[in-house]
Amino acid sequence: MSALSVALTGNPNTGKSTIFNELTGARQKIGNWPGVTVDKKVGVIEHNGRKISVIDLPGTYSINARSQEEQVVSDYFKENKPDIVVNIIDAANIARNLFLTIQLMENGIPLILNLNMMDEAQRHGIKIDMKKLEAAFGMPVTNTVGRSNKSVRKLLDVFTNAVMTNYKPSKLITEHIDRVHKIEQSGLGATKIEEEIISARYDLIDKIMSQAVTVSAAGKTLTEKLDSFLANGVTSLILMVAIFWLMFQISFEWIGQPLADMLGEFFEETLAPAVAEAMAEAGVADWMQSLVSDGIIVGVGSVVNFVPLIFVLFICLSFLDGTGYMARVAFVMDPIMRRAGLSGKSIMPLIMGFGCGVPAIMGARALDTHKDRMISILVTPFMTCSAKVPILALFAVMFFPDNAGNVVFAMYFVGIAAAIIMAKILSVTTFKDHESSFLLELPPYRLPDPKTVLLEAWDKGKGYLIKAGTIIFAMCVVLWFLSSFNSDGMTDEMDQSYLAGIGSAASVVFTPQGFDTWEAGAAVVTGLLAKEGVVSTIGILYGADEIDPDEAEDAAQALLGTTMAGAFTPLAAIAFMVFTQLYSPCVTALGTIKKETQSWKWMAFAFFYTCAVAWVVSLIVYQGGKLLGFE
Amino acid sequence: MTLKETKSGMVVRIDSVGESTLKQRLMTMGLIPGTRVEVLNSAPLGDPIAIRLRSYNLAIRRDDAAQIEVSQVN
Repeated sequence: MSALSVALTGNPNTGKSTIFNELTGARQKIGNWPGVTVDKKVGVIEHNGRKISVIDLPGTYSINARSQEEQVVSDYFKENKPDIVVNIIDAANIARNLFLTIQLMENGIPLILNLNMMDEAQRHGIKIDMKKLEAAFGMPVTNTVGRSNKSVRKLLDVFTNAVMTNYKPSKLITEHIDRVHKIEQSGLGATKIEEEIISARYDLIDKIMSQAVTVSAAGKTLTEKLDSFLANGVTSLILMVAIFWLMFQISFEWIGQPLADMLGEFFEETLAPAVAEAMAEAGVADWMQSLVSDGIIVGVGSVVNFVPLIFVLFICLSFLDGTGYMARVAFVMDPIMRRAGLSGKSIMPLIMGFGCGVPAIMGARALDTHKDRMISILVTPFMTCSAKVPILALFAVMFFPDNAGNVVFAMYFVGIAAAIIMAKILSVTTFKDHESSFLLELPPYRLPDPKTVLLEAWDKGKGYLIKAGTIIFAMCVVLWFLSSFNSDGMTDEMDQSYLAGIGSAASVVFTPQGFDTWEAGAAVVTGLLAKEGVVSTIGILYGADEIDPDEAEDAAQALLGTTMAGAFTPLAAIAFMVFTQLYSPCVTALGTIKKETQSWKWMAFAFFYTCAVAWVVSLIVYQGGKLLGFE
Repeated sequence: MTLKETKSGMVVRIDSVGESTLKQRLMTMGLIPGTRVEVLNSAPLGDPIAIRLRSYNLAIRRDDAAQIEVSQVN
């Protein structure tokens, strides 16, 4: 027997994902719809011996194909005939939610109407008579209560082949469909027809509401009370900074860093010696031992170190998103972002950019217009991602021991300033003819479902793990080879290696910036593969044996005695920091840009223009600094 | 009066949505003639604004609201 197919559809913010997660648990597959980067989630479950496959369609307000999400839902229903379509309705917001319902019915799609969060609706003074609603539409109406798992599981009993048999569209619906056909054949212009139909749908909604729903005035809701602080005037900005400060403290200090330290310790003190011993016993060739110990374990380990930080950050972000607060952040930031040529909604990808650019670039999907998406993707790489932090920390502590904190803060500022200035430039040049607008639902504040928060954080963060296992792995092998070999074979003299050759070739470019040593050149090149590579390369090349990127102070101490102290003047160190802060996104981020923009051209643009900006700004810093008498 | 010129706390009714590139999106979100709209809070510098209609809250820039004709009901 083939599986019964069930499709979940509905507006954003209806708790649809939570219902899907509750129905399918962790047995879900997330991919992309063909041709677009919108999540495709499918899960298969067994219930009473029946197989049920559930597909979660993206949340949309309509199926007019104006956005990628709408296109996906509209195409899905053109190409597929699922056995059952469940329209999830936020009961507290039923009036606007029914718009999609009616549009789906116009397209001849039979539906089960599921009213979610009935409890919340009642608190808001909205009473829905389910029997009357069923009669008004001529389709089955079910309900689920907020986050009650039991009520969601009850839906499974409803999913049978026979569920739709006793229902056919009511007279109200068939009359509406006739009216829509008449408007379509009225000979008016296409936009006028569309507008007439939209009005007709709301006419019908008003009729249905008057039959089945009573709305009584409720006092101020919790959401309104909270919004008078969290989304009102200048106080909202101050509270926002405080909330994000707290989030970064949790991610980087209180929870994320201790976990990262434990993982790092495991790599260095348990795994590495164990593997080395095993290889020595098994009599593995020397070069192989060197590759595994000095190359792969050290290199991959330095990236895996950051995994706990990234995941804690993403759990915090998913939690905030689930509460509805992220919509307020977009709201209060819109006045600032608009002046930079962006929309308030772009703030989310940019904040994620402080963690890792890859999910940040993917996060731009959520933006409304092509212009907002493209500009966000192109300026996100300027943000100080967690892999750039060790570079700043190392150089700041080494060359400016008395002012290290201020120097690092200034470098963060350089990144943010570059992002804002480039966003402004792109918005008045390349994308000047494109519209930017800001229309955003502010959903009621809710306590998010923990399962949904964790699944979302995993979904965003797993790319980072994949990166450690693929690109970083490959990079370590290549880096090890390049630094251990030259045309005569294996060598211990690193400054005779292939890497030295590549580094000195690259360093020519940086003569005007004052850091034209081959070591700096090699560090910049490895940083293209992954920013984590910059500090590791510098450590290896300047001969301090063990560089732990998390221990900037120790590393700086260790390197102070080496030739590195003489290789950079303080001014050149600043120029180097500025350059590495701004230049090309790492290859993983570039790959993500290619995937999200679906264009090699934009990927190449992202590479060249960031390198150009970095080169010019570091040049101005160095030469300007020299003119002002610094060294 | 247009929705752009309203102040926090006002309750208005939409007279016409006006012509703009956003018109169909605005209508889809429930902004059609006759709809009751309550003006709530606003972002720093007073723009965008949050409005309440059809039992939900929507954020909209004042410029995007400039074509929407409204009349006050409270």
